Amino acid sequence: MNGGRWRDGWRELRRYPSALVGMVIIAALVGLSLYTVVAIPYPEALDKWRGGEPWRLHPVNAGPAWADRLSGGRQARTLIVGRGAEVEEAPFAGGRRLRMALAFDYDFDGFPSEINLFLRAEGHEQRPFARLLWQAPDGREISLGGHRIGREDRVSISQDRALERRLGGRVPHIGLLAEPDGEAMPRVQKGRHVLLLDAVVFDDRAGIDAELVLYGRVHGIAGTDHQRRDLRLALLWGTPVALAFGLLAAVGTTVTTLVIAAVGVWYRGWIDAVIQRLTEVNMILPVLPILVMVGTLYSTSIWLMLGVVVVLGIFSASIKMYRAMLLPIREAPYIEAAQAYGASNLRIVMRYMIPRILPVLIPTFVTLIPTFVFLEASLAVLGLGDPVLPTWGKVLNDAQSQSALYNGYYYWVVSPAVLLMLTGLGFAMLGFALDRVFNPRLRSL
Amino acid sequence: MSDSQRIPPPRRALWRDLRHLLAYTVKRLLALLLTVLVSVYLTIVIANMGGRVDELRLVQIRSEAAEAVRADPAFLDMPGEERHALIERRVSLEVERLRLDQPFLLRSVDYLQRAMRLELGRAEQMHSDRGSREVYDIIVERLPATLLLFGSANLLVFFTSVFVALTLSRRYGSALDRGVIALAPTSAAPGWFYGIFLILVFAFVIPLLPAGGMVAAPPPEGRWEYAASVLRHMLLPLAAMFLSSIFVSIYSWRTFFLIHSSEDYVEMARAKGLPSHLIERRYILRPTLSPIVTSFLLMLIGLWSGAIILEQVFNWPGLGSLLFRAIGHRDTPVIIGAVVIFAYLLAATVFLLDILYALLDPRVRLEGGRR
Repeated sequence: MNGGRWRDGWRELRRYPSALVGMVIIAALVGLSLYTVVAIPYPEALDKWRGGEPWRLHPVNAGPAWADRLSGGRQARTLIVGRGAEVEEAPFAGGRRLRMALAFDYDFDGFPSEINLFLRAEGHEQRPFARLLWQAPDGREISLGGHRIGREDRVSISQDRALERRLGGRVPHIGLLAEPDGEAMPRVQKGRHVLLLDAVVFDDRAGIDAELVLYGRVHGIAGTDHQRRDLRLALLWGTPVALAFGLLAAVGTTVTTLVIAAVGVWYRGWIDAVIQRLTEVNMILPVLPILVMVGTLYSTSIWLMLGVVVVLGIFSASIKMYRAMLLPIREAPYIEAAQAYGASNLRIVMRYMIPRILPVLIPTFVTLIPTFVFLEASLAVLGLGDPVLPTWGKVLNDAQSQSALYNGYYYWVVSPAVLLMLTGLGFAMLGFALDRVFNPRLRSL
Repeated sequence: MSDSQRIPPPRRALWRDLRHLLAYTVKRLLALLLTVLVSVYLTIVIANMGGRVDELRLVQIRSEAAEAVRADPAFLDMPGEERHALIERRVSLEVERLRLDQPFLLRSVDYLQRAMRLELGRAEQMHSDRGSREVYDIIVERLPATLLLFGSANLLVFFTSVFVALTLSRRYGSALDRGVIALAPTSAAPGWFYGIFLILVFAFVIPLLPAGGMVAAPPPEGRWEYAASVLRHMLLPLAAMFLSSIFVSIYSWRTFFLIHSSEDYVEMARAKGLPSHLIERRYILRPTLSPIVTSFLLMLIGLWSGAIILEQVFNWPGLGSLLFRAIGHRDTPVIIGAVVIFAYLLAATVFLLDILYALLDPRVRLEGGRR
């Protein structure tokens, strides 16, 4: 019917650089969401984001690696030592003696954030016993004490208070790797460090497994949070969630509102009056408090929130605006012509009235999307985010509850915020340009 | 022109106007009262989860009564039967006090009529900073903080944007004009979002301003010091709200003024050679006054509901953060009370809008309540 108008609109739209930038941003976000949904399946993302075991080799609150590279410093990355380490065996009566050297070259400028030793001994009747010895590159030897090894054990070397005292009051993950010069600012002793594991095993065949983890201060492109979770997962999965929420909410509210406005205008009389009164009631209902109420009292599922947003948006104030636009259309001759050929009421509303104001609606629609994206984030920041889904807002909420800004973990706040801002900017830039193209009142300017 | 539309003598015209205005006012008041009624009732139903909160409360009352009896040494050597009866008696007393024995539908109507009369009852868990348990006191204590912050922010945004927009529409197409238009999409982010960044920069990176709260702790003694402290705490939230809405507001006003300054009568005035400030005041501002007032009041409406998160982020002790805490405590009377106050404020704003509209727009005055 008005394909030419659309084509003209597109041609005109291309003249606005802001529209192009907006479209590029939106395309990038859509591409990112598609990649995410394919690369990290939904159940896997939920499962991982619950935290715990999958993240035990990740550091706590590590910054993004690129930020470290930008600042020029060479902060510690996570080192995992132990896979394929050589084992020396010496049998004796009633058991064997195993010696394992976990050696690594440490040449970062900064210290690690934590050191853990994961020991595993499966199939033993009697628990093996291991003695740990740290050998620094300059030949010093520091005993880390002995441990009886269970089936799966985690030796938190960083938490060893006795060791800390022996290292002159330095936390083990600093003291073990520092030059022993006793200066106030510890310096890293670069070179080959070895953790010697000397174990006595009371079994003929079963061996032991050891894994030494020196957690870094930086990790990946997004860093990690207080539960060792990689923020990359939440930032990636936040994209499709945000886009879906924004899009569905915008479609839900604009389409229903438009149809209801058109129905009211077409039928007039009491239907119109009821719609008008409902709109007025809805204008007085405070939306955010109700959402907060629903979130706290019922459930914080994102889909329930979406439903409430759409329901509250049905009789929104924009009905008045659409009404004003539709009223003159109702009297247009072509509607009369349609009536003359016997078109049904439904057909007139859906095929003749609504399409006429769609072009004017598109800019509003596009600018509405970021509002809902931010609404979701707002709810999450209030602690009413979806309980299982990783979203940008939830990352912000975690960051706030862990006082990320106060502790200097700026990346934790900045990266979800930048993504939110990009989404907002992308849609808003396109929307504003569309407004100038499609809004007849603005076109003459 | 028909007879009825002939212009009557001035005195009678004034009477007619007043009569129409009165009829219109009464009609609007009734309609608004009805809308407040409906929205408050909806809130009551939602806040009570349609009566399900009562079941939770019943369980809580029972466990509290049992705990109290068990912990009291006076009842220690009471036989089990008797103690059970005592617990039951206490529970039924409490149930009667909270009137949980009546059906929810009945109570909701009762809640409604008391809420409408602003008898908001007593809070279940929360109390005001002065220690009062009256919901009314709790809310009234918080109201000034919200009004202070949001009132000043909105006034600032409104007047700045109208003024700047007028200037820009005069210099349509200049570099400044294009710059402001390019910045308009930044308003996609809400105030709290800018708030986080402002806190990051001005409270942590360069520690100039406080990160939250309303006054320093302990509050300064002198009146002027107190005001200065409040002002310092207000600066960041104010800036956050200002940043988040100023550009889009300038943009829309500028478009609005541009559209109206291309009207034929404005062109005519220009052709006559009238000075530009006269054109602005008489030919652009006067005819557009009612839309300007409308949007100002609509902005006020938006202000009431948008407050929660910004207050939460800045730890501002206003209505929004009160409501959030009340919802967390499941303190239904406070929730309902806050929403009732919200609804009344909104309704008052809408009413004010209607009256101003009637005064500014001659059509309403002439046609009275018939719209």
